[in-house]
Amino acid sequence: MERLRLRATGSFFRYCSNRSLFDRRLNINSVNSIHNSTSGYAHGFGKNCRDFHFFSDNHKWNVQTCFGFVRYQGETFRDSTEKGLLEKTRRFQYRGFGSLAAKVQRNPSFSTLNSDDISYFKEILGEKGVIEDEEWLATANTDWMHKYKGSSKLLLQPRSTEEVSQILKYCNSRCLAVVPQGGNTGLVGGSVPVFDEVIVNMSLMNNIISFDKVSGILVCEGGCILENLITFLDNQGFIMPLDLGAKGSCQIGGNVSTNAGGLRLVRYGSLHGNVLGLEVVLADGNVIDMLGTLRKDNTGYDLKHLFIGSEGSLGIVSKVSILTPPKLFSVNVAFLACSDYFSCQKLLMEAKRKLGEILSAFEFLDSKSLDLVLNHLDGVRNPLPPTLHKFYILIETTGSDEPYDRQKLEGFLLHAMEAGLISDGALAQDINQASSFWRIREGIPEALMKAGAVYKYDLSLPVEKMYDLVEEMRTRLSDSANVVGYGHLGDGNLHLNISTAQYDDGILTQIEPFVYEWTSKHRGSISAEHGLGLMKANEIFYSKPTATVSLMASIKKMLDPKGILNPYKVLPHSLSS
Amino acid sequence: MKIMVAIKRVVDYAVKIRVKSDKSGVETQNVKMSMNPFCEIALEEALRIKEAGMASEVVAVTMGLKQCVDTLRTGLAMGADRGIHVETSGPLYPLSVAKLLRALVEVEKPGLLILGKQAIDDDCNQTGQMVAGLLNWPQGTFASKVVLDKEKQIVTVDREVDGGLETLCLDMPAVITTDLRLNQPRYATLPNIMKAKSKAIKKFTPEDLNVEIKSDIEEVQVTEPPKRKAGVILSSVDELIDKLKNEAHVI
Repeated sequence: MERLRLRATGSFFRYCSNRSLFDRRLNINSVNSIHNSTSGYAHGFGKNCRDFHFFSDNHKWNVQTCFGFVRYQGETFRDSTEKGLLEKTRRFQYRGFGSLAAKVQRNPSFSTLNSDDISYFKEILGEKGVIEDEEWLATANTDWMHKYKGSSKLLLQPRSTEEVSQILKYCNSRCLAVVPQGGNTGLVGGSVPVFDEVIVNMSLMNNIISFDKVSGILVCEGGCILENLITFLDNQGFIMPLDLGAKGSCQIGGNVSTNAGGLRLVRYGSLHGNVLGLEVVLADGNVIDMLGTLRKDNTGYDLKHLFIGSEGSLGIVSKVSILTPPKLFSVNVAFLACSDYFSCQKLLMEAKRKLGEILSAFEFLDSKSLDLVLNHLDGVRNPLPPTLHKFYILIETTGSDEPYDRQKLEGFLLHAMEAGLISDGALAQDINQASSFWRIREGIPEALMKAGAVYKYDLSLPVEKMYDLVEEMRTRLSDSANVVGYGHLGDGNLHLNISTAQYDDGILTQIEPFVYEWTSKHRGSISAEHGLGLMKANEIFYSKPTATVSLMASIKKMLDPKGILNPYKVLPHSLSS
Repeated sequence: MKIMVAIKRVVDYAVKIRVKSDKSGVETQNVKMSMNPFCEIALEEALRIKEAGMASEVVAVTMGLKQCVDTLRTGLAMGADRGIHVETSGPLYPLSVAKLLRALVEVEKPGLLILGKQAIDDDCNQTGQMVAGLLNWPQGTFASKVVLDKEKQIVTVDREVDGGLETLCLDMPAVITTDLRLNQPRYATLPNIMKAKSKAIKKFTPEDLNVEIKSDIEEVQVTEPPKRKAGVILSSVDELIDKLKNEAHVI
């Protein structure tokens, strides 16, 4: 079956590949929203604002670069023109916001490395596990967007839990700060040193320990790269319950530590549901074995949940036990048009009810997002006749019985059409068409990059309120910017993007802290799937009340009294030092 | 004038092909099946001709197992007016398909028969030529442009040939096979999917059409192409020279 001829042809089959449909979806997570508040981070829920005044004195720490840009980690983005564009955006960024940069203060209680430390590490890890090579360190000191840069002089590569334990025990006794590092694909500066923290790189701990084909439970070390796990499971007829664009580099230990969301969340739920057990090394080197492989286990407090999403600030994840669903081959994708946001919500409700177990994605974009994609990306066409619709929805189903699933989806769509929920729509007839529908949704960040400067926010909001923010922002900014909204409607996750010709302080002050305050007022989250890291550590009060944050700080203090694990991140600087 | 379009159900273009473990063929169980991309183009061209007012009806024809009806429904959802399904159980080879098509042409009497230039599963690229031969109709294969002149009853076809483009003028009725650059097929929209539900699909058996299905081809074995060996990283130029001399024998 020689398919080469077909592949060699022009733009028609541009988005085809030999990979499965799952793989065709680029990373929704790559819709990065990197931003930094330049003012007023001390906002709590409504009237409680006053309680936080003491935090605002601590204005010393703001990250070096105060502004962010998007990076789209799709294949298409790797070519040089895209990189050029990225560089251009970065220049904008510095020009616009350099003056707002301020430094974080290094915690003076941390020791600095000496030659005895190095010899000790060489003793436990051998020469090969202790890296002082400058080039290597330069890479490890910088995040993949080159937004954050630390100055660590040492990278350690443990090969076993025992070695991780020895490293931490020593660092704790010497009061050496540590930054755990996986694939270093984070978006909020959580995986790179801020100053001279010792980098504990997990990539050599990449063994699969066991896989149970009956229960679908995988046990592996924390340094396993997500894509390798996906490939391993594919041969067994299973999939990982999470998938994201950074899968080629990101590691499962890091995914767990950041509670990574990704593409399959609406179907399989978050890692809090799928991770069955963890082995974690605490700051003092104690190994906590919570590596259960049981779906049900009500014996005492379920401590593993503390470590899921703690961004490496409570312990280093050395082993993971995770529940994996079977791979299903029947995938259908529909691209639909809705005339108003209310219909989108109703459609979501109906889809959950009528498509039930086969619904695997429910994404939405507004007409301005579609226009951007059609105007800025080559080879993308509107699947629907060019009538003006205000909203577009992408629905994906995944199931085990192709004719049944298709009939079910068709039935649902025709019913929704008769009921007036959707004004038009198209159903992909083959994988190529399905990919081209996904391409529209996933091409938005890339199109935004091409359109000029972009301010990005990744917010969790109640679904019924989600689009109000976009509309308010539109009124607020009127003609000065193009405000677009898209995201994972099924998860209540909005990507609010504000596109302008160039970065401008005036526009930023119009957006922030308004966006955070608005999100806070509606009890949303200022970080839906990316975490707080270094970037938003001080903004935590927008989404969590003081009492909750203080409890977090006490837990941190108890598990890591000297605060050596991933310092300056997750919790406000004022509380964690 | 009627246009008849042949469409084939094949393993989806984007699916990774796996060979059955007993080497008897390609795995099609639990594999996404779709319309052959060249057939989509053929159907799109027929629809455009009809929309331009040059044809009165587009009839889509498929052959094979009963699941082929799904593919036919896709064709109807794209806009074909009605469908014909010749139900067979065993494998079908180009000559049998061509004979069945000839029999159907005699029933339907279309002015144009449009096919994809080849199917992406067996890559035969024979059916269009064979059916033209059997019908004794002129053929324009690998079409990248089709222009119809209704009054003169001729069709002008640009063909993609090795050296560039060849333009042929065919008297109708004629057979056309389509290449990739001819057009970009449309999506099946929901209103059209809804309409397609009420469109008629007529069933035939090879016996109905007086065609005996037999094969002059015996498939001995299907195997995957050999896997590429992983590369090695060498530590020195000397090692490279040694490998080139003693393993690759190229210097």
